[in-house]
Amino acid sequence: MADDRETRFGEPDDFREEVPEPLTTEDAPVADADLPAADSTPDAPAMGEEALQVEARAEAEAPTHGVAALFNRSRRGTYRAQSKSGGARAKGSGSRTKMVALPSDGIVPERDLYATPVLECRHLGIDFGGLHAVEDFNLIVGKTEIAGLIGPNGAGKTTVFNLLTKVYQPTRGTILLDGVDTHGMTPSKVAQAGIARTFQNIRLFSNLTVEENVEIGLHNQVRCGMWSSIFRLPKYWVSEHEFHKQALELLDIFSMADMAEITAGNLPYGAQRRLEIIRALATHPKLLLLDEPAAGMNPVETEDLMTNIRKIRDEFQIAIVLIEHDMDLVMNICEGIAVLNYGKIIAKGTPEEIQGNEQVIEAYLGSGAKGA
Amino acid sequence: MAKNFSFSKLWKGPFGTYLIVIVAYVVFQALASTGNLPSVVIGLLPTICAYIVAAVSLNLVVGISGELSLGHAAFMSVGCYTGVVAATCYSAMFDIPWLVFFLSMFTGALFAALAGFVVGVPVLRLSGDYLAIVTLAFGEIIKNIMNNLYVGLDASGLHFSLTSSADLHMTNGKIIINGPQGAVGIEQLSTFFFGFCLVMLTLAVVLNLVRSRSGRAIMAVRDNAIAAESVGINTMKYRLMAFVVASALAGMAGVLYAMNYNAVVPVRFDYNASILILVYVVLGGIGNIRGSIISATVLVVLPEVLRFMSEYRMLIYAIVLIAVMVLPNVPAVKRFLDYLPTKLPFLRKRSEVPGDVVGGAE
Repeated sequence: MADDRETRFGEPDDFREEVPEPLTTEDAPVADADLPAADSTPDAPAMGEEALQVEARAEAEAPTHGVAALFNRSRRGTYRAQSKSGGARAKGSGSRTKMVALPSDGIVPERDLYATPVLECRHLGIDFGGLHAVEDFNLIVGKTEIAGLIGPNGAGKTTVFNLLTKVYQPTRGTILLDGVDTHGMTPSKVAQAGIARTFQNIRLFSNLTVEENVEIGLHNQVRCGMWSSIFRLPKYWVSEHEFHKQALELLDIFSMADMAEITAGNLPYGAQRRLEIIRALATHPKLLLLDEPAAGMNPVETEDLMTNIRKIRDEFQIAIVLIEHDMDLVMNICEGIAVLNYGKIIAKGTPEEIQGNEQVIEAYLGSGAKGA
Repeated sequence: MAKNFSFSKLWKGPFGTYLIVIVAYVVFQALASTGNLPSVVIGLLPTICAYIVAAVSLNLVVGISGELSLGHAAFMSVGCYTGVVAATCYSAMFDIPWLVFFLSMFTGALFAALAGFVVGVPVLRLSGDYLAIVTLAFGEIIKNIMNNLYVGLDASGLHFSLTSSADLHMTNGKIIINGPQGAVGIEQLSTFFFGFCLVMLTLAVVLNLVRSRSGRAIMAVRDNAIAAESVGINTMKYRLMAFVVASALAGMAGVLYAMNYNAVVPVRFDYNASILILVYVVLGGIGNIRGSIISATVLVVLPEVLRFMSEYRMLIYAIVLIAVMVLPNVPAVKRFLDYLPTKLPFLRKRSEVPGDVVGGAE
């Protein structure tokens, strides 16, 4: 699986720069441990063909740098910095270093290839005391991708969501949201920047009505200051009308408009989950994070949810990352899947690739499962 | 769907609250002018209004914003003393009582809001029990500052001191605030009508704020701060907004309260007063504005009406408090209270709106 990616996004062989020997070894560990070195050979013919096409197109766009360079600006930055610092010493020693392509483990749907990825995590990590809860987490999510993040319980999936939304401040690493570094942002600022989320344990404003919940989601879309509200200035009436209209439009997506007046805490479980998604959508996000959206839903509701997730993506043209234990849902709607175990990504790929990945099977079922 | 505009719906909304206050004002005013009200209650009317305003504003913090604040009386005192000083200055400028009253009320609100902001910024980093304790402490700090504050007015302007009245260095001036003796020689400008106006203003501010974008954000932070942040709400901003608005309203209550008396000592605004206001809020129902109005009225009047019982009156007061808290949870009373709405449709709760349709078809 990983080999295919090598072919797709690996650097062309002639991409070399002058850097002294020792730095090469420093370069190498940056790549994921689970990825084979750059010299591995492609072994899946079907994927190889597709990859060649992609590469050819990328070559036309950026003939000197190749696809990986096009994608990973951060990595390219690394090359440059290294070559600069090493350049002076290189002259003295006179030796030439063999430069190798740093493999990129990012995958995006082909249609999103030339758009800025909506999310780019680089070496993201957080420690709780001595525990590396998430370590060296690298992920690229395409502009309109539906991605899945799966893994056994306690693997750190929700922690990743908390890192992305800055509920936790990362100890290491970078998060680029649509090309913008979210470093130093508070959770509310990240939400304003375009990441919306739902929660594993539903967090609605349970004393307020369904409509009010959505209107709170619309908080930063419609403006009305405190004074306008207190003195009921014309701006208040205009904004309230707008709130009401937009809230009902959003509720219509999940056909919940008739429930607008009900107190959110009194909704059935499935409806609460749907309302949380609507509230998140109301913030007009670029990236929607769904934490176990199908938990507690029956098969019919799950089926509905799948249709709706696709619908949301198509209508709003946003990216969706979901954590889910319901493999049926994940394998059905996710385009790219990342598998997390003990805070590290152990595999990435299409649903088919993940299903056949030995490491993933081992993580879920234990090493004994291989023989069975 | 004409049922949507029924009396019961109006009654449940803010208009019901306004209506209660207007009717109560008219009734009390009529009783007072026909001489059917005991003189002790007549003198108490502006005080009742002041405590209603304080209770409603504290309800904004405790009920709507969900923060337990134990220092609310301190903001009343800030409003009270700045209002009194302002009133003395303004009356030197113009001779129109209502203008002086409203200007000093505005000044009191302004300074109380400022105090609320200064206290709120550090304090609102905390929440829950910690917040309660720190607001209690800040309340005491403000009370102690007032206890040592000397303000005087003479021809050359205002003089301030934190040591003694002699330190004011006034030759021929009037001492407005005299340390532990508090504000002295206050012009008694408060009337029942002004009190009524202030209650209406407070209700308008609080109820309008609650039913708006900002109010929803405040309630969102109360219900679930993490979720509120996740939809891009700056939690600190909205907690502070509720706190500062409540402080400003408490400041106005302080001005109204002060101007009903000759002199007001700072000890009147110690933590006991804060707890008392909190009792009004809790008894009336946390988050229930209408309840705050009723409980504040009853609990302010009660000790005065029971004055003839001398030392037993606080006992009765305590029994009433306990009874109000316990009785609604006694099964027999509960059944009766559940039974009442079936007979009186306007008593039905808001959450039973879907049932209302059935009621309309009957």
